[in-house]
Amino acid sequence: MEPAGGSCLLGKWGHPVLQAANDTFRLNADFFDYTIIALYFAVVLGIGVLAKRQVSSSIDFFMSGRSLPAWVTGLAFISANLGAVEIMGMSANGAEFGVATFHYFWIGAVPAMLFLGIVMMPFYYGSGVRSVPEFMRRRFGTGAHLVNALSFSVAQLLIAGINLYLLATIVNRLLGWPLWVSLIVAAVVVLSYITLGGLSAAIYNEVLQFFVIVAALTPLTIVALHKVGGWEGIKDKVQPGPEQLSSWPGTDLTGISDPLWSTIGIVFGLGFVLSFGYWTTNFVEVQRAMASESLSSARRAPIIGAFPKMFIPFIVIIPGMAAAIIIPEITNLKSGEGDTGGATYNDAILLLMRDLLPNGMLGVAIAGLLASFMAGMAANISAFNTVFSYDLWQQYVKKDKPDAYYTFVGRIATVAATVIAIGTAWFASNYDNLMNYLQTLFGFFNAPLFATFILGMFWKRMTATAGWTGLVSGTAAAVAVAFLSEDAFGSASTGLIGLSGQGASFAAAGAAFVVDIAVSVVVTLFTRPRDEKDLKGLVYSLTPKESLVDPDAKALPWYQSPTTLAGIGLVIVIVLNLLFR
Amino acid sequence: MSTDHDGTTDTTPKKRAGLFDIRFVIAGLIGVYGVILVLLGIFNASDEELARGDGLNINLWAGLGMLVGAAVFAVWARLRPVVVPVED
Repeated sequence: MEPAGGSCLLGKWGHPVLQAANDTFRLNADFFDYTIIALYFAVVLGIGVLAKRQVSSSIDFFMSGRSLPAWVTGLAFISANLGAVEIMGMSANGAEFGVATFHYFWIGAVPAMLFLGIVMMPFYYGSGVRSVPEFMRRRFGTGAHLVNALSFSVAQLLIAGINLYLLATIVNRLLGWPLWVSLIVAAVVVLSYITLGGLSAAIYNEVLQFFVIVAALTPLTIVALHKVGGWEGIKDKVQPGPEQLSSWPGTDLTGISDPLWSTIGIVFGLGFVLSFGYWTTNFVEVQRAMASESLSSARRAPIIGAFPKMFIPFIVIIPGMAAAIIIPEITNLKSGEGDTGGATYNDAILLLMRDLLPNGMLGVAIAGLLASFMAGMAANISAFNTVFSYDLWQQYVKKDKPDAYYTFVGRIATVAATVIAIGTAWFASNYDNLMNYLQTLFGFFNAPLFATFILGMFWKRMTATAGWTGLVSGTAAAVAVAFLSEDAFGSASTGLIGLSGQGASFAAAGAAFVVDIAVSVVVTLFTRPRDEKDLKGLVYSLTPKESLVDPDAKALPWYQSPTTLAGIGLVIVIVLNLLFR
Repeated sequence: MSTDHDGTTDTTPKKRAGLFDIRFVIAGLIGVYGVILVLLGIFNASDEELARGDGLNINLWAGLGMLVGAAVFAVWARLRPVVVPVED
């Protein structure tokens, strides 16, 4: 499972994710910076308290009462993903690989988000399920459901721990607090606003976080560009020359030296398998869209989210590229000569903040980073508590309890998840490499999901047995490829297949997809299909067409029509790809 | 908790979400940041800080930008208020 970014986790196989902070620099925050940061935390907690007043049933707590407008769920949709790995990791990739990093957004996220809104959301929202694993259970029964719900829950705990660890490292580095104090303070803040207000509080905070992050990174980008002499300055000074200014074929990024295979890797591996697997089936994101007020809002949520997603790279990747030119440590790191002061590419944004921002703006930037890391962790935990309460506890442990009981279970699960996340974070601080491999491992559970979902949604004959055998064998295929690659599992990989880094991740995901489809088809032909009346609303051919669209869809103005919006989005993303080819 | 829909015809009692409207929260926080930054940009910009950004007074400009952004949210929330059905 992914840590945070569209395809970053899988993209990061073979790279150490985010290294423990070195102690070589501190940001000199002053009174004004602290005031700005404190104001942010006051508002975050205030939202939790206010949202608590609205929570009166478990649907309120877990699904925000299905009542949020599309622009709110759309921004939360991408904000849930705008965590530590997205901002630090993508600016690092920008510094290291240049313009090719845009692929993670324009190829590796936007098309899948549009597809989710147009094709898949009607099934998720229209069938009335409360989680993605629940859809799995209704379509394929408990076998596939257990595989999905368990791997998802464990992965969320793991990733929440990693987000928390990164959050605490940054607090430790910025403010000089000991790591364990930072860990606990950060965990308590996140815990209080989710336990109080449930998903509404998490979603409202994500929307607020989105704007704080934009308010933090936009001025940083402007001042970095000013310093480097604008886009022309980047074009003149980026090293190595023209390669880092074009996104195709991206051989440095993929680590595949043949341009044709590199392009195929990006389009099929990143753009199709990884990206669709992540964006269309990951409950962390889909949960946000499911909290919408109507089917057309739910469909619009990922599509509206796709627009800011297209432009976020400009305030993440461009500063990274500028850092590689104007920050001496990063320049030295990139050229391999001179003193790096222990800096890694992941420090690009922090070093820019240190060198360029005056007190005041520095506080906003720190608040923005803290916001982004908390967004990541809160999203993981609020998705975990839903799946744990509905899909594991209610399904397999205690059925038929009153509604209030499950809200209570959800609150307990949130507290437990936070405690486990603190433990995971502590573990991560001691066993950095092992955490990377665990993340890689959970990524494999994500890789075949899209194959199973899309086959199950459009092929009514596909059987329950095919559901879980497809998932298990797809995951096994990805693990096998990772062991045969050069470095996906570090020294445990055998190197039989000459692929490393991103190339290995594309190959593993591709294998998962193909094996999942093949096994599902073969197993289906030898097992008994499910009764058609159980599949209404879950499979395309058995669902009345009118339940796939909103009753009032015809009356919506053009700017609220999901298909029109998605069409506009597609055109813009194609133009962006052409501009930066 | 709310909807953006205009022109609903049902007669359930409604009230405005008021300050709990997330747009007012965003406007408030970003607006306060804007005020702080503009003041810092005018009164507290040392030559050393200005030199770091090659003469760009980033506090002042970012602050002004945030004030504009906050105003947009406040106006939007005022013009299209969120209406919440009142229960009981």
